[in-house]
Amino acid sequence: MHQIHQEITVTVDGISYERAVEPRTLLVHFLREDLGKVGTVVGCDTSNCGACTVLVNGQSTKSCSMLAVQADGAEVTTIQGVSDGNEWHPVQSAFKECHGLQCGYCTPGMVMSSIDLLNENPNPSEEEIREGLEGNLCRCTGYHNIVKSVQRAAEMMEGAK
Amino acid sequence: MTEVVDVGTALGRPIKRKEDARLLHGQTNWTDNIQLPGTVHMAILRSPFAHAKITKLDISGALAMPNVVAAFGAAELGDLNASVPCVWPVTDDMVAPDFPALAKDKVRHVGDAVAVVVASDARSAADALEAIVVDYEPLDAVINMEKAISADTAYVHDDKGTNTCYVYNLGGGYDEKVKEADVVVKRRFINQRLIPVFMEPRSVVAAPMGMSDEITLWSSTQVPHILRLLLALVTGVPENNLRVVAPDVGGGFGGKLQIYREEILALQLARKMGRPVKWTETRSEDMVATHHGRDQIQDIEIAAKSDGTLVGLKVDLIANMGAYLQIITPGVPLLGMFMYPGIYKMGAYDFKCTGVFTNTTPTDAYRGAGRPESTYAIERIMDELAAELGMEPMELRKKNWIKHEEFPFTTIAGLTYDTGNYELATARALELFDYEGLRAEQKQRRDSGDKVQLGIGISTFTEMCGLAPSRTLGALKYVAGGWEHCTVRVLPTGKVEVITGTSPHGQGHETAWSQIASSILGVPVEDIEVVHSDTGRAPYGMDTYGSRSLAVGGQAIKAASERLVEKAAVIAAHQLECSTSDLEYINGVFQVKGDPEKAQPLGAVAFEAFTAHNLPDGVEPTLSAEATIDPQDFSYPHGTHLAAMEVDTETGKVTLRKYVCVDDVGIQVNPMIVEGQVHGGLAQGIGQALYEGAFYDEDGQPLNANMSSYLVPGAPDLPSFITDTTCTPSTTNPLGTKGVGEAGAIASTPAIINGVVDALRHLGVTDVAMPATPMTVWKTIQAAQGGK
Repeated sequence: MHQIHQEITVTVDGISYERAVEPRTLLVHFLREDLGKVGTVVGCDTSNCGACTVLVNGQSTKSCSMLAVQADGAEVTTIQGVSDGNEWHPVQSAFKECHGLQCGYCTPGMVMSSIDLLNENPNPSEEEIREGLEGNLCRCTGYHNIVKSVQRAAEMMEGAK
Repeated sequence: MTEVVDVGTALGRPIKRKEDARLLHGQTNWTDNIQLPGTVHMAILRSPFAHAKITKLDISGALAMPNVVAAFGAAELGDLNASVPCVWPVTDDMVAPDFPALAKDKVRHVGDAVAVVVASDARSAADALEAIVVDYEPLDAVINMEKAISADTAYVHDDKGTNTCYVYNLGGGYDEKVKEADVVVKRRFINQRLIPVFMEPRSVVAAPMGMSDEITLWSSTQVPHILRLLLALVTGVPENNLRVVAPDVGGGFGGKLQIYREEILALQLARKMGRPVKWTETRSEDMVATHHGRDQIQDIEIAAKSDGTLVGLKVDLIANMGAYLQIITPGVPLLGMFMYPGIYKMGAYDFKCTGVFTNTTPTDAYRGAGRPESTYAIERIMDELAAELGMEPMELRKKNWIKHEEFPFTTIAGLTYDTGNYELATARALELFDYEGLRAEQKQRRDSGDKVQLGIGISTFTEMCGLAPSRTLGALKYVAGGWEHCTVRVLPTGKVEVITGTSPHGQGHETAWSQIASSILGVPVEDIEVVHSDTGRAPYGMDTYGSRSLAVGGQAIKAASERLVEKAAVIAAHQLECSTSDLEYINGVFQVKGDPEKAQPLGAVAFEAFTAHNLPDGVEPTLSAEATIDPQDFSYPHGTHLAAMEVDTETGKVTLRKYVCVDDVGIQVNPMIVEGQVHGGLAQGIGQALYEGAFYDEDGQPLNANMSSYLVPGAPDLPSFITDTTCTPSTTNPLGTKGVGEAGAIASTPAIINGVVDALRHLGVTDVAMPATPMTVWKTIQAAQGGK
């Protein structure tokens, strides 16, 4: 089979990568397989679960629903890039404090969506949090502590201002 | 003088989890993250038909595709085509068909594996599947369970001449006892088929280790120890040459309590090809190839006196095995068998279960495994009996439940419940719920003819946890024991390794097990490493399922830790020149009673045991201790769950307005983790009641085997929950724990449906099928109204 590759340049977690990719390559597969950014995970094949959520130019995006070539020139932030080294982003801290994760598989996407949610709405109600995380499925927590985590993160980020 | 630092007891505190730092930073080790040099990737061609003969299979086209290394059908695989094992032959005459890793002559469900392609990357392997030519001769699909056991049916396994897998009977006194009853209520409940939908898709990597005969297999599994044993048995790989590792595992819920054909194939192809073989399922593949749960037709009959006193219960099940038997497929309904009487006293109990083969994905354990089904049946029929008798449903329960002063109590099913206090949990739940206030609102809405009616659902449940006493498992013909192992080792620097046979996948064992060891050793939680899920580092274990890890595994940690302190005391006494009876052990320090100047911390004792320069005679160097615990009996958590359900009678829309549960799980090691387990269980149980169900058409085509049409509840679909606990310590284990992994999933489903039916009973509704979607509820209301 004749495979055409396309050159792209994508900045991921602050590092610029130049790679040749098959046009059909999904952004999530590019991150995991071409760059070794395996913190971002795949949970489904129908764009329902949100486990693969990253920020593309600051907007939460399901990286299974975007081609790598569409990210050419973009700035991508993954769970591995939201805090520096041993630092903790307030959303990460809040998820630990409020037991907002169990198996941790939905967590990368859940954290990225929560960051985007709080960027757009720094003081969300419970209903707004639940609606805002509609695209991220969790099978362990029943969402109760995820909602609390986002509320706690909002407090921490407000307090940090 | 040695400084004594009071670390306090770690037991019972909501300590934040050790696991979270790496999970929150993406520093994870999921099986699919493993990328070994030279890895080849496996893709599996699956049957599009539920039931068909394979008349031709030609893999040659796949071999010509780019990047393909090899391809195999059953013929090409030959002797390596090992079979998936079933370890629970529930009756002597159970029908146990062969379940080859690759189908041989027939396919028996959509998703059955037909061929495998190996390529240099996963997408090339998937592409090449399309170049394989298969000719199928479709056969009549066996889908309806009742038809499957009638005369008018095809057979899933022709050579067996029947679709009945087994018939199991228990009891026998009901028909005589029922003569004493004034009221008999019969219902048929459908406990629908569910899909586990753990968030991490299954994945396996099998890698030969250099030129030796050793193979390491990483798998997203709940059961690395069981997997190692059974893979060795079915493939012939010597057990000592096989190491199985469950790295980070993203949920299981029973769905990863299995020996899967893909694990067999990866192992066999790694042996054959001499290089690492990797496979990761797609989600849509998962939903036809991972075992399903539930799927029972339940004919339930309950008999009572006119004052509500229960006389007896009769249960007649048809349980769907699917197309093949997997690890404990036939045993799942029997795990529920003992629990149909629930928390109630009665004079007779008859149970019958018919296991049936159909052309569907095999069933097996899913969160609760048999007990959600039994709890659903008894808690639903109690509400129906209350309605028939004109009694308040909670009053009927109170009249019949085991009173707290009656424990230990041996039920009509033969189990002895050790402890419990249903009165206490119920009183607390009613208070948190505002039961009287909601009943008043319900009456007001009924009186005013409000289009949105309110219903109150009750579930006063118990379950059996701590699987399991080995003798009991033996009596039930299960081929393994239910013990658990722990080794505790103090390193020369005073740090501690707790090596456990349990295998967590979200339950927080690294934190909770540290707390148990810390409370006995007096060593800070952060100085303890919990080693697990690797048969190379933690060789003995029976893994994690059935709410057994704490109730069984936790006891082994306690026992091993206590033995370690005993051994250390002998060394400390030698060093302090006293007898062990002169010593007390406080916060990790041995000190001579009455003379705190004379003391030895555990770390110093460990270093002494390491150098072995001055050990007492007869004491071996190194400081470690082990324990293997076989539970003396099950444990019986219980709880009272209450749901306020709003039902729009014009649209059928159901809204869960308020959910209260008060659970008694005995002594808690980490209340934060306990509460999280309850929340997650509730979401799955509510999911069964309102959203989830895996359905097939009459040809056996799955109607919703993908994540966009199988509705896993999302955040907007659920409320926040009001939870609380009461505590009657279990007496069947030294920690007094009971188990919590399955409680929420078991209790919540009947609470929700009882609430929906309660909202509509005045309209003539006496049952609502699950999942109670708006369409189902609306049609049920229409049918009830039309029937008037």
